[in-house]
Amino acid sequence: MLLAIDTSIGTSVAVVDRDRGVLAERATSDTRSHAEVIGAYIDECLGEAQVAASALSAVAIGMGPGPFTGLRVGIAAANAFAFGIGRPVVRVVSHDAVAFAELRAGRRDPVLVVSDARRREVYWSTYAAPDSEGLPKRVQGPALTRPDGLEDAVTRLDEYRRVDASEVSAGALGMLAETMHPHGREFAASEPLYLRSPDVTLAKAPKRVTG
Amino acid sequence: MTEAAPLVLGIETSCDETGVGVVRGTRLLANVIASSMEQHARYGGVVPEVAARAHLEALTPTLTTALDEAGVTLDELDAIAVTSGPGLSGALMVGVGAAKALAVATGKPLYAVNHLVGHVGADVLSTGDDGGAEVEYPTIALLVSGGHTSLLLVRDLISDVELLGETIDDAAGEAFDKVARLLGLPYPGGPQIDAAAASGDPTAIRFPRGLSLPKDMAEHRYDFSFSGLKTAVARWVEQRQDAGEPVPVADVAASFREAVADVLVTKAIAACNDLGVPRLLLGGGVVANARVRALAEQRADAAGIALRIPPLSLCTDNGAMIAALGAQLVAGGRPPSGLGFAADSTLPVTDIQA
Repeated sequence: MLLAIDTSIGTSVAVVDRDRGVLAERATSDTRSHAEVIGAYIDECLGEAQVAASALSAVAIGMGPGPFTGLRVGIAAANAFAFGIGRPVVRVVSHDAVAFAELRAGRRDPVLVVSDARRREVYWSTYAAPDSEGLPKRVQGPALTRPDGLEDAVTRLDEYRRVDASEVSAGALGMLAETMHPHGREFAASEPLYLRSPDVTLAKAPKRVTG
Repeated sequence: MTEAAPLVLGIETSCDETGVGVVRGTRLLANVIASSMEQHARYGGVVPEVAARAHLEALTPTLTTALDEAGVTLDELDAIAVTSGPGLSGALMVGVGAAKALAVATGKPLYAVNHLVGHVGADVLSTGDDGGAEVEYPTIALLVSGGHTSLLLVRDLISDVELLGETIDDAAGEAFDKVARLLGLPYPGGPQIDAAAASGDPTAIRFPRGLSLPKDMAEHRYDFSFSGLKTAVARWVEQRQDAGEPVPVADVAASFREAVADVLVTKAIAACNDLGVPRLLLGGGVVANARVRALAEQRADAAGIALRIPPLSLCTDNGAMIAALGAQLVAGGRPPSGLGFAADSTLPVTDIQA
């Protein structure tokens, strides 16, 4: 059983079990309340699923792509929860969960997953038809571009059905992690997928105050 | 000190220090800090996004080290405390998100506390085995750092803190950083100015004391302003440079530092006298400044005011002070904050617990 968290867009939390599926899920597409709701969502999911924190085997976390602040709240929470129960975190690319949700809904055609990166940019990833285990197969991405830059960035754009993700389901993300694990699939790296450098400019010489 | 004193873990991420502390009542058990200061040096100031990224990386290792140093396990904790504001939003949210998840994972009650009141709370901590330091209230508290310059009247640590005044523009620490840059000194500016000032004459240049004129004192008696001072230093330096004369860095540093220390201490002592409170507590990173400390000691002594300055490791941002305030709240019978609170970058000092 896993606790699953994704805050790459809104906030989504779930408790999932490989055999029994999604036992509880809480979500909001609000992109400004991550730190506010995360604790209660975790608590409510455990309560509804009637699962003790100590019964979980790991915490699955969506590593983005996602804008800075919100993404970080989920990763911080996942790390801390995992630390608290002495279990590992398993990291998943958030777009993979969107593609997996499409597969779980019976739509098996190649998809282009697009999500809002703010500042007039989008995050995108492409997925081929699923592999033999029914897992999404990422072809390109995740990457960052202007919305009108997709044509140049995506190889054979017209072969993909576009899925604009307005949320990432932690239930799907958790079930993906549950499925990846027995098949020995590689999880994401520990670096959050911000895909963007901090906004900073190097210190310049101070400006003159006299004319 | 009894073993019944609450064992509390505190998490602080309001600026550029990831701090985790563990206290038992008023006894300090661990105070571990991971700072991202070096990453900010080339930008000349704290970059919020850089600080927030560093918190995320540092938090779990800092938690591990703090529990190890304290020699306690998560199981043994009575509560968890976290800074919910004021501070940098993105930075605060890392600590808030982590603390909430840790509280649910461990089943421990969670206390969301005010960063500035935490600085006051640091004063209750004893680093020895003989139990807590006796802190008397009311006290005036002067908290000065790169992010804050606040004068507080603390009637009771967990129930009655009043903001007397604060900076209306730059924080004092920020002024040190900006003036250091003017003088070609690296970030952070405080220690650099302090070192350069050591051989300078503090009376060489009479820089302005912000909000100290009679008309300002009517409206802003306990408020501070350092923006005009910074501009005055810039103007003075530019005039020298324009005239092709060398800039006497030591004298400028000493005179600037004197102006900052003078206005900080003058207003703090005035608050003590006006309000009849013969106690003054200093906190915040600027307390590391030798002249601020020396001037406060000299004038407090002359005015018969008892001055308290916690060890520097408890003056700069840290998790132990958050744990200490949390432990006071627990001991005072306050209910936990629950899980619904937000990170509040402008949390008023009157909100001791969120």
